[in-house]
Formats: sequence, structure tokens, C-alpha cells
Amino acid sequence: MPVKTYRDALRSAMAEEMERDESVVLLGEDIGVYGGTHLVTNGLIDQFGPKRVIDTPIAENGFTGAAIGMAMAGMKPVVEMMTWNFSFQAADQIIQNAAKIRYFSGGQVSIPLVIRGPNGGGVQLSAQHTHSLEGFYGHFPGLKVVSPSTPEDVKGMMLTAIRDPDPVIFLEAGALYGTKGEVPDGDYTVEFGKARVAREGSDVTLVGYGRQVNLLLRIAEKLAADEKIDAEVIDLRSIRPFDGDTIVASVRKTHRAVVVQEQWRWFSVASEVAAIIQEQAFDELDAPVARVSGAETPAPYARNLEIAAFPSERQVIDAIRGVLYLEQSATSAKSA
Amino acid sequence: MATTQSQGKRRRSEPDPNSNGKAGSRRKQQDQQVDTDKLIGFYQKMIQIRLFEDAALRGFRTGKIGGYLHVYSGQEAVASGFLDTFRDGDYVITAYRDHAHVLLLGSDPKAVMAELYGKGAGLVKGKGGSMHLFDTARGMYGGYGIVGGHIPLGVGMAFGQAYKKTGGITQLYLGDGAIHNGAFHEGANLAGLWGKDGLNPTLFVLENNQYGMGTSVERATAMTDLSRKFESYGIEHTQVDGMDLEAVLTVAHEAADRVRETGKPFAVEAMTYRIGPHGAADFLEKYRTKEEVRKWRERDPIGLLENRLEELGVEDDRLEKIRADAKTLTEEVVAFADESPEPAIEELITDVYTTNDPVRTSG
Repeated sequence: MPVKTYRDALRSAMAEEMERDESVVLLGEDIGVYGGTHLVTNGLIDQFGPKRVIDTPIAENGFTGAAIGMAMAGMKPVVEMMTWNFSFQAADQIIQNAAKIRYFSGGQVSIPLVIRGPNGGGVQLSAQHTHSLEGFYGHFPGLKVVSPSTPEDVKGMMLTAIRDPDPVIFLEAGALYGTKGEVPDGDYTVEFGKARVAREGSDVTLVGYGRQVNLLLRIAEKLAADEKIDAEVIDLRSIRPFDGDTIVASVRKTHRAVVVQEQWRWFSVASEVAAIIQEQAFDELDAPVARVSGAETPAPYARNLEIAAFPSERQVIDAIRGVLYLEQSATSAKSA
Repeated sequence: MATTQSQGKRRRSEPDPNSNGKAGSRRKQQDQQVDTDKLIGFYQKMIQIRLFEDAALRGFRTGKIGGYLHVYSGQEAVASGFLDTFRDGDYVITAYRDHAHVLLLGSDPKAVMAELYGKGAGLVKGKGGSMHLFDTARGMYGGYGIVGGHIPLGVGMAFGQAYKKTGGITQLYLGDGAIHNGAFHEGANLAGLWGKDGLNPTLFVLENNQYGMGTSVERATAMTDLSRKFESYGIEHTQVDGMDLEAVLTVAHEAADRVRETGKPFAVEAMTYRIGPHGAADFLEKYRTKEEVRKWRERDPIGLLENRLEELGVEDDRLEKIRADAKTLTEEVVAFADESPEPAIEELITDVYTTNDPVRTSG
């Protein structure tokens, strides 16, 4: 199977679907002539022209709203948020219009819209340019929210997203654009609402999504080698719809779970995962579900502070040891 | 590129950007005489809307209608005139004062009133209410409750029409209150920009009823010549007396033809007035005087049309019959809405998603 970067896999999904379907257009800031801030759309304007790869002014409310209108008129627009941080400017369009029009029109209108872009932090962009918005957008009925972590999934889920008749919030792991993996050629889709067991194990269930999945896989290998702890790693992939079944099945096997996320803990995806586990597998649990989350602060700039603000290997290992009732490491920092 | 001759023709048909609301007098200089029967047809529609809105206000005051209710009384000539230009394949989108638009597009008034009454037979199954009227089979794409929020949508819909070369245009209605909202400026900028390539057949209809809720235009902006705001975005514009149906018809047809022909947006500011409350719960109206309302009532578009019909020799018996029929129909409409069953409780969770509906979000 060919090896591609996350970025190239994403681009090929959009390009292939644009070849197949003329109603697919791309809109966003500097996605055309400039090539895209993160080069995801690089070269597409040469292939498809400025009528289909539309450079917009820096006005997220306007172009996101216009894309919703295009979708209502039978097109399939894919909007790039240069980063999801800017989507607050478009929040009225996304939440008040895209998520609700189908409902308040009594089912007369569908909004086949994808909004995509990098989510999360890790590159010292500080407070206004660092957010993980999966919990925020996952809150709203009417939206679908996904967060693929591998090149294979990012292509298959983008194809699913573009073909979905409803609005999809496509949260890319910005830190993973350059990572490589096997990506099938041609047309394939990855269904929404299905988590992926990224590593099988029997002692503890680790749940994450986006760039945390790679952290969890690293930790799982380390624990297997050093301490004979066999961790199962679940990549959620899809935040809404949500795959509770895969998580519960895993917990029935391991009886312990640690949920790891970059976003803030309060009212978050990890909180929802913990609630679902206690609702559906209460008697299976040998320990309370542990959550490892971002620090309850706006994102800091300094490198050391930023590292401390996001889940670290140490914090996750301590949480795993906690649910296994093993001793904590001596230098353990309390997770925020 | 058009020939010199056809350019000349087009220029004559263009609304005059300097008309400054005097379209009424310009009308008389033109030969376009809307025939009497057609005007009587408009009278019928406008009376029907007025009685519908009066009935809706009664429904609100008697507790049959919940939530917010914004009636169109006083503004009837605007939507009546502009929607006369509607063709199959066109789209209409507006804010929350939307009853008249959907009625004029031919939706069943019983379904519209049933929606206001929160009934299952309502136009949107009782899920949207007064502010969210949709009838996409007739070109009506809502009904939106957030001031300004629908403007970018309409611009995008017009892009879609041009992209797919459907020949349709989008009539995008907004109130004077919306023009101060950022979504207007972002949306209008895109319309002007895309229009340069013939990719934005949006007909902006700015319904200036003098107040954004209770705040007058003068209290909301230092630049009160609102149609000129479109100039910033390269969109040509004109004004019209929105109380004078014939003036509206003339300008509306010129504007719609021009948008259809060029693929570029055009804006018309219709000077009008809501003689009713902002919303049905606006009882005190402290922001305007009784004298002001009385003055505008003298220019009630229905009254002006009656005068005009009288001038054309239409006998009052004929108009009286129209009023009586409209009253009867309104009674039937209200009875239907009142007697209709509520939505089935199962409807609560449908129409959230198109597929996998209701979507499983937990467990």
C-alpha cells in the first residue's frame, strides 16, 4: 500500500471527490493562490481553477454562511478554517444555521457541508490560537464531529464527510499533517460513529483521539516492554455520532479505563466517555474512570509551560498506574 | 459583450441610483400602466395578508400562539411588489417577519397559521414557528431569527444558482436593523466580489421600516442613507417608496431583470413602516409617538391602493366583496389551525439529521 502523509491523504480525498463531483467546491482564506497556510490545498487551484478553489477574504462568518447557502442550493462546499480558533467568528453560522436549519425547516432542507481545519495546539501559538473544540462542537445536535488521527482514516473520513448530507465538523490533528502512514489508493470510506481499536490489550483501556492516539500507542508499547502492562488503545475517530459500544466492550474486558484529551476537563469528551462507561458497564469497573486533560488555563506561550499544559507521558502513565492500584512514580505531577 | 444598442436599452431600464425615493413620480413619466385587474389582484393579496396578520395577533393575545410573533402589517406593498417578479428556480430568504413572503409565494395559509399555532399540519411540522417558515417547493428558504445571520446564506444560494447556471436569482430580504450587523457587511462584500464574475445574482431588498426593534435608524447609525451602504461593496442600488405598490412593482421588475441578466447583485431600499408592533409583545411602543404612527397610517399601502383603484373607477362593491371573502377565508384558516392536532410526540427527534436520524450519540 502506498505511504502518504496525513496532509497528502487529505488533499487526495478532496481532489478525487472534486474530479468525481462538480458540485464540490473549496472555500477559505488563502487556500488557492497561496496554497493554503498548511499546504493542505496546495496545487488544487491549478487543477480546478478559481471558481472551485475559492480564495475568500478574512471573514469567517461571511464565507461560512455563504457555504451553508451553497449547500442549500445543492452544492457540496468544503470550507477550510485556517485554524479552528477562527471558527468562533463563524459560530453563529455553524451553530444557529448549519446545525439547525434541517430541524426548523421541518426536514425540507439538508446542509451537505464540510468545515475542516487544524484543531489543537502544541506549536507555541498561545491563547487565541490554541483550542481543542471537539467538546464544544460535539455539544450541538445537528452537527457531526470527527477527529481522524491516521492518514488512512483522514482520507476515508473526508470522503464520508463530503458525501454526508449533513454538516460535518472535520477536526484535523494539526500536529500530524507531516506524519506518514499507509493509505489505500482510490475510493474508500470510513464510516462515522465507529471507533478504531488501535492496539489490542487486556489490562486497561486507553481512550483518545487526534494526536493523543499516537501518545497512547507510545505509552502502551513502553508499558508492555517495561512493566508487562497490556493496554488496549481506542481511537474514537468520531465524536458525534459516538461509538459507546466499542468502549464498553473494551471495558468489559479490561475493567479499567483512562481517557486522555488535550481539551479542558470540564464538560468535555472525556467526561462523556466516563459517564457512558458508568451507565453501561458500572459493574464491570474495578476502578473509577480516570481523565487526563489540558490544564485549566488559556494556552500559554513559553515552551515549558505549553508542554506542562497538555497531557504528558508521565501524567498518562500515572493515571494508568492509578486505575491499576500501582505505586505512582516519585516525580508525579498532579494532572490538572 | 452587449452591443451599443442593447447597452443603451439596458441603461434605460436600470433603476436610477439617484432617484432618492421619488420612484412614484418617475412612474408617472413612464408608460408602464399596470392594468386594473392586476391591481385588484394585488389588493386581494394584500388584504388577505393584513387579515391573516390581524388574526395572528389575536391568536397571540388569546394564548393560541406562543413564542415571538412579528407581523408584516404596513409593509405589504414591498413583498407583494418584489415577489411579483418571482420565477420558478428563484430563491427567497428573509428574516423573521416572514409570513407575507411565504403567503405570497402561494403556500397554503392554513398550513402557515397551523405553524403559528404549533400544529403538526404546520408548514414546518410545528418545529419552527412564526420565525422559520420554509416552503422550498415554492422557493421559500426561510425564515431566520438572528438579525443579519441569514444574509451570507442568501449570497451563497445565489452563488449556487450562478455556478449551476440555473438562471435563477435569490431575493434576499433584510430589515434596516440588519444593516449594522457584521454578517451584512461580510455577506455583501462577498456578493459584490463574486458578482464581478457574474456569480452572484442576489437581489437585496432592504425593508427600511424605520426601526430595528425599537431603535430608530437615526439612533443606530451616523450614516442614515442606508442604501449607500451597499456602495462600499461595489453593489449598485436605488430606493423606492415602499408604500406605493405601483412604484415598487416598477423598480422590482427593473431590478430583478437586471440581476437575472448580469449575474451581479443589486440592492433596493424600500422605505416603509410597520404600523403594527415590533413583536406581538411590544405593547407600550415608547420609542415612537402616536402622531408618527397616525401620519404613516395615512400612507398605509392598502389605503393608497384603494385610492388608486377608486381613481381607476373600480367600484367599492367589488373591493367590499374582496374584503368579505378574505375575512371568510381568514376565519377558515384560523378554525383549521385551532382544530388541527398537535405534532406527534415522535416528531421531537426527527429531522435533526438527514441520515441516521435520530443519530445515536451515546451508548
